[in-house]
Amino acid sequence: MSTGYLLLEDGTSFEGNLCGSEQGSIGEVVFTTAMSGYQESVTDPSFAGQILAFTVPHVGNYGVSAAAMESSRVHVRGVVMRRAMNGEDASSAEGGWIDWLRDCAVPAIEGVETRSLVKHIRNKGAMRGGIFSSETTQDDALAEIGREETMSGRDLASTVTQTEMVELGPLGPGTPVRLAVIDTGIKDSIVTKLRERGATLELHPCSVTADELRAREVDAYFLANGPGDPAALDSIVETIRGLIGHRPIYGICLGHQLLCRAVGLETWKLPFGHRGANHPVKDLVTGRVEITSQNHGFAVRGPGGSDTVDVDQPVGWDTDFGRAELTHVNLYDRTVEGLSLPDARCATVQYHPEAGPGPHDAEYVFDRFLAEINGEVA
Amino acid sequence: MPRRDDISRIMILGSGPIVIGQAAEFDYSGTQACKVLREEGYEIVLVNSNPATIMTDPDFADATYIEPLLPETVARIIEKERPDAILPTLGGQTALNLAKALHEDGTLERYGVELIGANYDAIHRAEDRDLFRQTMEGAGLRVPRSHIATTMDEARDAMDDLGLPIIIRPAFTLGGRGGGVAHTKEDFERIVRGGIEASPINQVLLDESVIGWGEFEMEVMRDHADNVVIVCSIENIDPMGVHTGDSVCVAPQQTLTDPLYQKLRDQSIAVIRAVGVETGGSNVQFGVNPETEEIVVIEMNPRVSRSSALASKATGFPIAKIAARLAVGYTLQEIPNDITLRTPASFEPVLDYVVVKWPRFAFEKFPGADDTLTTHMKSVGEAMALGGDFKQAFLKALRSRELDSVPILPEGLDDLMQLVVVPGPDRFDALLEAVRRGVAEEDICTRTGIEPWFVRELAEIARGYDPEAEGLVRTFRSVDTCAAEFEAKTPYFYSSWERPAADGVTQHEAEGSGREAVVILGSGPNRIGQGIEFDYCCVHAAQAVKDAGVDAVMLNCNPETVSTDYDTSTRLYFEPLTLEDVAAVCKHENARGVIVQFGGQTPLRLAEGLQNLGIPILGTSIDSIDLAEDRGRFGPLLDKLGYQAPAYATATNAAEALVAAKEVGYPLLVRPSYVLGGRAMEIVYDDEALASYLERTGADAHGGGKEIFLDRFLEDAVEIDVDALCDGNHVWIAGIMQHVEEAGIHSGDSACVLPPHSLSGAMLDQVRQQATGLALELGVVGLLNVQFAVFKGELYVIEANPRASRTVPFVSKAIGLPLARLACRLMLGETIEQLDLPEDPLGGFVCVKEAVMPFDRFAGSDALLGPEMRSTGEVMGIARDFPTAFAKAQAAAGAELPDGGTVFLSVTEGDKVLAGALASQLHDLGFRIIATRGTAEAVARMGIPAQPINKIPEGSPHIVDLIQAGEVRLIVNTPTGSGARTDGWEIRSAAVASGIPCITTMAGGLAAARAIAAARSAAPEVIALQEMHAEAAR
Repeated sequence: MSTGYLLLEDGTSFEGNLCGSEQGSIGEVVFTTAMSGYQESVTDPSFAGQILAFTVPHVGNYGVSAAAMESSRVHVRGVVMRRAMNGEDASSAEGGWIDWLRDCAVPAIEGVETRSLVKHIRNKGAMRGGIFSSETTQDDALAEIGREETMSGRDLASTVTQTEMVELGPLGPGTPVRLAVIDTGIKDSIVTKLRERGATLELHPCSVTADELRAREVDAYFLANGPGDPAALDSIVETIRGLIGHRPIYGICLGHQLLCRAVGLETWKLPFGHRGANHPVKDLVTGRVEITSQNHGFAVRGPGGSDTVDVDQPVGWDTDFGRAELTHVNLYDRTVEGLSLPDARCATVQYHPEAGPGPHDAEYVFDRFLAEINGEVA
Repeated sequence: MPRRDDISRIMILGSGPIVIGQAAEFDYSGTQACKVLREEGYEIVLVNSNPATIMTDPDFADATYIEPLLPETVARIIEKERPDAILPTLGGQTALNLAKALHEDGTLERYGVELIGANYDAIHRAEDRDLFRQTMEGAGLRVPRSHIATTMDEARDAMDDLGLPIIIRPAFTLGGRGGGVAHTKEDFERIVRGGIEASPINQVLLDESVIGWGEFEMEVMRDHADNVVIVCSIENIDPMGVHTGDSVCVAPQQTLTDPLYQKLRDQSIAVIRAVGVETGGSNVQFGVNPETEEIVVIEMNPRVSRSSALASKATGFPIAKIAARLAVGYTLQEIPNDITLRTPASFEPVLDYVVVKWPRFAFEKFPGADDTLTTHMKSVGEAMALGGDFKQAFLKALRSRELDSVPILPEGLDDLMQLVVVPGPDRFDALLEAVRRGVAEEDICTRTGIEPWFVRELAEIARGYDPEAEGLVRTFRSVDTCAAEFEAKTPYFYSSWERPAADGVTQHEAEGSGREAVVILGSGPNRIGQGIEFDYCCVHAAQAVKDAGVDAVMLNCNPETVSTDYDTSTRLYFEPLTLEDVAAVCKHENARGVIVQFGGQTPLRLAEGLQNLGIPILGTSIDSIDLAEDRGRFGPLLDKLGYQAPAYATATNAAEALVAAKEVGYPLLVRPSYVLGGRAMEIVYDDEALASYLERTGADAHGGGKEIFLDRFLEDAVEIDVDALCDGNHVWIAGIMQHVEEAGIHSGDSACVLPPHSLSGAMLDQVRQQATGLALELGVVGLLNVQFAVFKGELYVIEANPRASRTVPFVSKAIGLPLARLACRLMLGETIEQLDLPEDPLGGFVCVKEAVMPFDRFAGSDALLGPEMRSTGEVMGIARDFPTAFAKAQAAAGAELPDGGTVFLSVTEGDKVLAGALASQLHDLGFRIIATRGTAEAVARMGIPAQPINKIPEGSPHIVDLIQAGEVRLIVNTPTGSGARTDGWEIRSAAVASGIPCITTMAGGLAAARAIAAARSAAPEVIALQEMHAEAAR
């Protein structure tokens, strides 16, 4: 392993040892507090354009396996760890983590004091940075970082979308509905959860138009998770506006943000995002608190333009598409975590009910989506 | 939902004396609960028989009862105090069983007391093995296949079905007591028989073996709105087959994939819901087969436990505090996270460090005991360490063990591997050595079942991994529950080895406040002789320092205790108590000084080293401590003062010792220097015995400058303990205790009474005078404990300890003054006069302390009492007279005085007259008397019938046979002389194991008789400490 460093755009650097591809890389530096599920995280398309730091000290304990892929490839630009472990001799491992990062040509650095990094990001906000070998001078490194676009205003969804429509059949009996997905980087877990419940999915490139989607013989539309700034995806927002009321629409994460923008809400960039598997989200309708998996850098503002929801009841208002309600709130910072359009039969959540990685508390959301499509729940 | 307003007075049940399986963690939990509930405006009635606890400080409750934790006593307290609700989930198994008994006998219903924090059905579903199995299967969860048995035949049928090995768990016992793993038919017969007896409902559960599977624990919390969170995951490095209390553990779990971890999480939630714990915390234990990913639920504890204390300290999430609030109606969302202040308790903590827990054993105290670790818990305490990664945490945990001696590992590789493969206290030391000697890691994994991940990391340690050598710097980080996602106002720190930042500045998160700081050293992991009594003192010291406007910095590595609750001090460092680690904290804090007086031997051993590093020691100087401990210096000091001590001599090898013995005279007490809990001490009656002792303990091998002390043993003396405060110029005597126990039993194991009940005024004056003289001559600033003996009417000084002693909490409770806190004020510069202390703080009350023994845990050991301390804990009885206080203490210790039956008497020559009087009283009370020949004759001469029975050396059937057969209800045995003394200890051990009161002085015997008589007219009064102290003040 050769030595290297992680450099942030404000000049702060952290020494470490290069591993994985032992190459350099640039991206937006973010962190996750999830204590397991590293392979799922790095293969999550929502992380495109980002260098992901793990707060958990040991990463790679149980190696890698095909079952832990959230897409067909690694999407992070780089991985930052305190202790990289290979873990190839774990019972379920099909290979070692460090070996795999190398085989997948993923730049990584370990031996980094990640807690110091996290505190810096927490205080200063997520920012651009890069992994560099010790041979690269800091001046050169800073220059390279400067050439990378910032995350604000970035359309990364089009880099992870399908090139053409893909159809995926059900994996079990259940609710045999057909969903058309605007694929902005959908995670395998979401696809699997729906298919296991009997759904057939059509994954469409995110450039698909409203006309094309309205013409599909489907029961509902699904708005996927994905990377980048929702404010850079006005074309998709327009597409969505053309679908609301036509058929039910459901969505997760970026999909939620796009639906919110479609009904006129603004989105804004969180200081350093929510990434982890322990965030408490309150369902304002039922009062229940769920522990959720989260991965987002942007959030939705309420109808009055407020960053936070300060009440413990659903916040309702009227939109072009009928009644709208903010249905969920994050109990850490009171940001919006869910939207419902009861008249138009749309519902989206900011968090990840499919987990991958993370807790299953909110998995019932899929059952509810599908039941509502069938008209079983008002 | 706001807290309940329909209840206003809550009774909290403590866990009683420290025993194996149930220890300081319940003081921590109970204290937290009292704090928050009183903050919430509830009145608290606390019941706990253990005075060596912070929770029984009268400040923590409105009415504090140090009374036996028995249903009839608690019922009387309920009748007097009329609580609206009872919270039984913070006192371990004892409290739960007590609540169950009060429910079943109708007491709770009769007085309209609601059970909160747990309901009886939930407790039952979790603890009745059969019902638990049904409940789990009903929830779609798998438990190991099992059968229940209440007879040996039923058990044998189960074995035919499940095969061997087989796991045996008695229902409703503590720490798996009475259970074990049977590998052979012989083991099976023995363990099942014992288990059926140990279970209060005579039931054992026989589980299919999942030995070798991974073992995981989850700490779960639920509120009344059915929100559930996982606070912590714990992975046992020792696979299934070793009780979780005896396993080396890591938090968070390291080896599960996310999907498998989430399955455990899902199942934990399902378990707490299915069992029906409506509010509070629970511990759920799982077995996981790493190959097949099968999961079985092993057990669940529907209450706060040792694991929840560990989880609270590992994560910073204060489970007991939150559980108490949940019990009175809050939801998790409504409770703020103490550490971040702005986020709610409805979340799951995340860790960016690694925690290793290490069990502490005391097998050296019980030679002959089987030290194989199985499902029946044997550890007496634990240490915890936090580090930046697993290896760092593991190395710190090794240092935190505070072993008295390095484990001796066998030369032969096969023998070494045996220690690795068969779980025992030295397993991991052996594993590291095995790697060093070239054993392949794969081999170790296959033969032990330990996950390769751990073995690989341990192999790196074995090969010399040293963070300091790699140029890493010690960095103090904080425990913040959120891996730095939020800014935390936490005062809880640990050290990790890190690269310095690019600008060279170390990234310390522990900052001073601008005020001065004083460091207080804790007592490390609980072990025999070094336990919760010292923690009590440290906690009070922290309070005194804070009261003085100085920052109190606590340093300890014990996760079970109140001292490591970050609320207790201004800043807490969870660090090993080694010179290097302590010095680093003192330097970082720029401490004004360090307090070494309150943590027992652990801080004392560090004192000189710290002083040499330029760190000031507060209070009594090291030279004074040495003056008291070094016989060569203490002897002349006594001579100077004109005080007597028993004849003594020192030697540096066996030959010298035998010569010196002639001068000292027999019987004599022989021991090595700087002893903890009297380890390796013995009373010998002649040259032969002395020679044998010296050989057995390798006196010559252990030589090398370490001295052997020989002290004349004063047979039949009355022993006295005195605790006093001194500011260097004036002395105040806090308490004088008389041992109600034969001389020669370590004072930590002895029963004692405060005030003394049979010493003359003149003798007491002399005791006060000598204690005062010693304090001043030694230059004590703080606490002093002196042990005296009254022998043939003369006073002798046995030893003086210029530091907190184990009796401090007991005396503090008795006199209503926090001694450790007062001592600390003196150490910070106040004077005795400024403390404004009363003349006679005790008033008219009598307090008895009784020790609690763990003999039932150490089958196979020659579990004899003697000058070496063996007790794990203590209880206290308070009354207006000695007999009643004595009876309460016996009852609280699990040896309730009987109302009738057979009593065994065997007394030394000098006691035979009194024995007649005692026998007469007992006979009138309806007891049948049996006695050894000499005593029987003496008693018969008084006209009382007494059946003679064999002494042990006279052959079976002898007294121990009768005790074990359950035929004796009370023993009064006052032995002298070598043979009788040894017999006496064997009798006492058998009695303790059977729960029979065994009294070793005539004073005690007469007190017992009077107490039995008094109990016939009225049940003893229950007295709250607050009432007692208020009355004494008047």
